Amino acid sequence: MPKTLAEKILQAHTDETVKEAGQIVRCKVSLVLANDITAPLAIKSFKAMGASEVFDKDKVALVCDHFTPNKDIDSAEQVKLVREFAHEKNITHYYEGGECGVEHALLPELGLVGPVDIVVGADSHTCTYGGLGAFATGMGSTDIAGAMALGETWFKVPPSIKVEIEGTPGQYVGAKDYILRLIGDIGVSGALYKALEFGGSVVNNLSIEGRMTIANMAIEAGGKVGLFPVDAKTLEYCVAAGRTGDSLLSADADAVYERIVKMDVTGMKPQIACPHLPDNVKPVDEVKNMKIHQAVIGSCTNGRISDLREAAAILKGRKANKNVRLIVLPATPTIWKQALKEGLIEIFMDSGAIVGPATCGPCLGGHMGILAGGERAIATTNRNFKGRMGSLKSEVFLSNPAVAAASAIAGEIIDPSAL
Amino acid sequence: MTITGTAHRVGAHIDTDAIIPARFLVTTDSAELGANCMEGLEAGWIKRVKKNDIMVADENFGCGSSREHAPISLLGAGIPVIVAKSFARIFYRNGFNMGLILLEVGDDFKKLGDGDQLEVDADNGTIKNLTTGETITCSPVPPFMKEILDAGGLVEYVKNRLGN
Repeated sequence: MPKTLAEKILQAHTDETVKEAGQIVRCKVSLVLANDITAPLAIKSFKAMGASEVFDKDKVALVCDHFTPNKDIDSAEQVKLVREFAHEKNITHYYEGGECGVEHALLPELGLVGPVDIVVGADSHTCTYGGLGAFATGMGSTDIAGAMALGETWFKVPPSIKVEIEGTPGQYVGAKDYILRLIGDIGVSGALYKALEFGGSVVNNLSIEGRMTIANMAIEAGGKVGLFPVDAKTLEYCVAAGRTGDSLLSADADAVYERIVKMDVTGMKPQIACPHLPDNVKPVDEVKNMKIHQAVIGSCTNGRISDLREAAAILKGRKANKNVRLIVLPATPTIWKQALKEGLIEIFMDSGAIVGPATCGPCLGGHMGILAGGERAIATTNRNFKGRMGSLKSEVFLSNPAVAAASAIAGEIIDPSAL
Repeated sequence: MTITGTAHRVGAHIDTDAIIPARFLVTTDSAELGANCMEGLEAGWIKRVKKNDIMVADENFGCGSSREHAPISLLGAGIPVIVAKSFARIFYRNGFNMGLILLEVGDDFKKLGDGDQLEVDADNGTIKNLTTGETITCSPVPPFMKEILDAGGLVEYVKNRLGN
């Protein structure tokens, strides 16, 4: 039977025969992930299950990135619980403090996730690794506890939607704009329970970082996974991350898709997701007179080195508007050091930015950039739900890093080419 | 299992930040999470809920984060069942794992008004609207998920597997 990317990867991890969408299959997992919010619950469930050891101490990753550096006593207690569990079970991949970064930027960098892997994570943006050709998906803590104990879990084989992106976009348009436009087109439940499979010339030309930005937001369309084929570029990235033995992967030519979405991005402008859902998407020039109080550049969506370079190119020699708090959070220590080496950190600081540690912080309204009532932010993050970054009376607009940087300078949402 | 309670109608795409905002995620305690249930939708929302009341929602209920705190908060608030047009994927899986009953009824959710008295029979998949006298039916629980429910939730299911 011809197979989609999702079906091929599931088949590689199960003894059952993957036949059709809707079928339930039990699969071995390559890596199980949880963070400082979700691991405490997973540990509670793990103990309640009567499990004594994790299935493989090298295949569990615990990354304390959400409320860290710890913002209060309660979050410190949560991390302490995770730390003690990691030590007790001899978990190899426990990250906290100076070697810790935003999980979905950190794990690919460390070579812990890659092609044809099945990764389950107690974090909805686990789908990021689809940029590397991994079937990676978010689950709740108890599902993760089960996977930590058994080394396997169950999946309903998802129907796939193929997204073909073609054309030549306008200036300052990149991966974030493609995924925002797609979510705007199909809606926040447009891929509910389904796999999104990306293809087309634009995707083939994208960097691996760009592909991860797109896969990261598959969940914002309700998707189970966002998948990219594995090409030479993917393998090059994996080798650089220290992985060996990965191979090419593409869907069968006659694989069955529930739907094919063709997206022509010729002449497309940067896209903005307006409050309060990621599908409320408009081209930047239709978002007028929107004064902002905060700009956040970072997160698992757009906190990688290419994102920081993009923002720095706009900010160089310019100052953030005095009414705007510009916050830049490089997503991992390696990215931080690279940005320092390239002089990007100096550019950010000269522009008036607060450059913070690698943390999820403001993305989820955790800490380091909470909004007051009536405040408005532009952010390179992935969600703009009501109250996401703080007060229920605040607003979050989502954009690419260049637009966020340009808007910080202008004091209002603006197309970088209009600066 | 039959549950009788008052319906609380909410809209489409109710996200996990609305169910339990991030600032409350510094605990795993169900009573504490329950006390702040739906705080991201409306401050003090929980005050209108009595034990065994029923949430009725439009499409994509529970979209957003994987946080299991969301179903725990609803259970902690005393809500044992949610009837919706559809659920977000991770929330759907979490709900079953936590023992929260989730019933997908498509457009029939419109027949359940805010404040209506409902009688939900989860085993037979019927929802009787005692206020209007109308009964609606819903899709059965998939067999594999019933296996998990029959074991008493995912914790018990894995416990049995480890025992074997």
